[in-house]
Amino acid sequence: MADDKSNAEAYWKANVRLITGCLIVWAFVSYGCAILFRPLLASIPIGGTDLGFWFAQQGSILTFVALIFFYGWRMNKIDKKFGLEE
Amino acid sequence: MSQFVINLLFVGASFALYIGIAIWSRAGSTKDFYVAGGGVHPVPNGMATAADWMSAASFISMAGLISSGGYANSTFLMGWTGGFVILAMLLAPYLRKFGKFTVPDFIGDRFYSRTARVIAVVCLIVASVTYVIGQMTGAGVAFSRFLEVSSTAGIWIAAAIVFLYAVFGGMKGITYTQVAQYIVLIVAYTIPAVFIAMQLTGNPIPMFGLFSTHSESGVPLLEKLDEVINALGFQDYTADVDNKLNMVLFTLSLMIGTAGLPHVIIRFFTVPKVADARWSAGWALVFIALLYLTAPAVASMARLNLMTTVYPEMAGQVENYDAAADNALQYEDRPGWFRTWEETGLINFEDKNDDGRIQSYNDSNEDFADTAQERGWEGNELTVNNDILVLANPEIANLPPWVIGLIAAGGIAAALSTAAGLLLAISSAISHDLIKNTINPRISEKGEMLAARISMAGAILVATYLGLNPPGFAAQTVALAFGIAGASLFPVLMMGIFSTRMNSAGAVCGMLAGLLSTLLYIFTYLGWLFIPGTNMLANTPENWMLGISPLSFGAVGAIINFVVAFAVSRVTKAPPQEIQDLVQSVRYPKGAGAALDH
Repeated sequence: MADDKSNAEAYWKANVRLITGCLIVWAFVSYGCAILFRPLLASIPIGGTDLGFWFAQQGSILTFVALIFFYGWRMNKIDKKFGLEE
Repeated sequence: MSQFVINLLFVGASFALYIGIAIWSRAGSTKDFYVAGGGVHPVPNGMATAADWMSAASFISMAGLISSGGYANSTFLMGWTGGFVILAMLLAPYLRKFGKFTVPDFIGDRFYSRTARVIAVVCLIVASVTYVIGQMTGAGVAFSRFLEVSSTAGIWIAAAIVFLYAVFGGMKGITYTQVAQYIVLIVAYTIPAVFIAMQLTGNPIPMFGLFSTHSESGVPLLEKLDEVINALGFQDYTADVDNKLNMVLFTLSLMIGTAGLPHVIIRFFTVPKVADARWSAGWALVFIALLYLTAPAVASMARLNLMTTVYPEMAGQVENYDAAADNALQYEDRPGWFRTWEETGLINFEDKNDDGRIQSYNDSNEDFADTAQERGWEGNELTVNNDILVLANPEIANLPPWVIGLIAAGGIAAALSTAAGLLLAISSAISHDLIKNTINPRISEKGEMLAARISMAGAILVATYLGLNPPGFAAQTVALAFGIAGASLFPVLMMGIFSTRMNSAGAVCGMLAGLLSTLLYIFTYLGWLFIPGTNMLANTPENWMLGISPLSFGAVGAIINFVVAFAVSRVTKAPPQEIQDLVQSVRYPKGAGAALDH
């Protein structure tokens, strides 16, 4: 029982760590690259405008899609590792 | 064949398809009605979620807003997609593991409190009804334009159709109907965009076309657009914004609103396994991204097309924009689409300087006033409603009539699918959460189904009535729905999973604080219950607290919710052991199958 409990705790910690990492990337591309840091990226041209504009209109959306699938894939591995999959 | 007949054929055929599917998969038991038997695969579920999610706001109005606001309105693109990341990581898998039917179910059980459940029902109903009003208005406009009826008749037709398949089909009908609706709306959105991207840039993929070279002038498309609108006194399309705080908060509001809206969350109760809930969110975003990556291309290309229709000489390589501006389109030579939309009142022309030409420019730009005077312009003469942009886009680009019929069917599909999903969330909140679990627990399954259908019909009537007399622009109404959902439901859902210490007192106070502060802020600027003239402050940036617009306040409301809930829960009793065990069990996927047989 004690083993079960510490196993479950370790599983939850691994999940929270993964979520934290993903959300840092999530915030970095949208609030960071697309909004707050846009002036810093102004020198990088892309198709008639700058990289920040691309992040705001396409880059962040593409990153979001990749993030969710990355999370799903990693979580499946974590589920198996801790023996908690369905 | 006239355009009217073609529109009728496309809209009629798509309706026949949706109703056919709804009848074919008519709900049997109570459980079928709410969650489609718990057995929908992640890919169709993702498509249905996408159709559910992408409403008239996404399909009809978003590209128009980006078109007029440029970079500043990228908030809609990021906000309405980024919410799925939060949903997939912070809510969906755990709510699926919890294995109940509705959002108030989770809040009521997790916070072991009838009060919490009832407040959740109230938040859900306020958010959903406001959202449906916007859909009804949107569907009404689309119907009235394409079927050439009055907008009142358009709204009643929309109400009747939604009633039919939502009331008789239940969730299962809606799930498969929405898969069909997704296909109709994505095809309708993409085809005209591909044609237009080809015309303007030679690149058939709109998202790449946006950053390609404009064929006629040889400069990058966005640079060309900036040049053209600059010559007319508008700010650069790609210009940065000064008020970054407001932009961040608005994006955040839309994101947490996405994660807090009950009709989207309810989707994740319908997948077979916890892992599938994560994949479903991913697939939903893939299908949404197909439209959201096309939308900014549609926005910029339509703006350029519109401007070069008014100023034909600005289309190619321009030596002198002043000369090109002089040769604006003669009003008499205006194209056919201009005339049809004029009849709806959504395009307006007033010849202020009596030169017979159409001058469209930014007459509120003081720096541009001298240039305008030199050109003999006496004010902007053309007003184009943002919401017609997507619908009129194929006409502006001279695309064949069947493309216009297709976009009519797509716009209507977008509005109806979201309305139906929201109505289901409302009806289940009333019949299941309020009646069965609070007022009359002994109600029979038949009685519960009946109550669900009656409340659905009631909600349709209320939404239709308010849609006939809308409280404001659809976009404002929809933003309010997001603010409310994000400020009231999202924080307690998240804390219910991530904090074992969160108790009922904290949740109740948090929800109330988030809901009331958000409503108060919005009503201060937009009027009590949106009644015109009852606002206490004019809705202008100078009056906004710290420059935060009422549309962005949902994020602040959510922060208030978090802080209040946290503070109250620390000074009150910890939740009982069985609740703490419940929170633990929600966190692990193992054993989710059993929970489904609720």
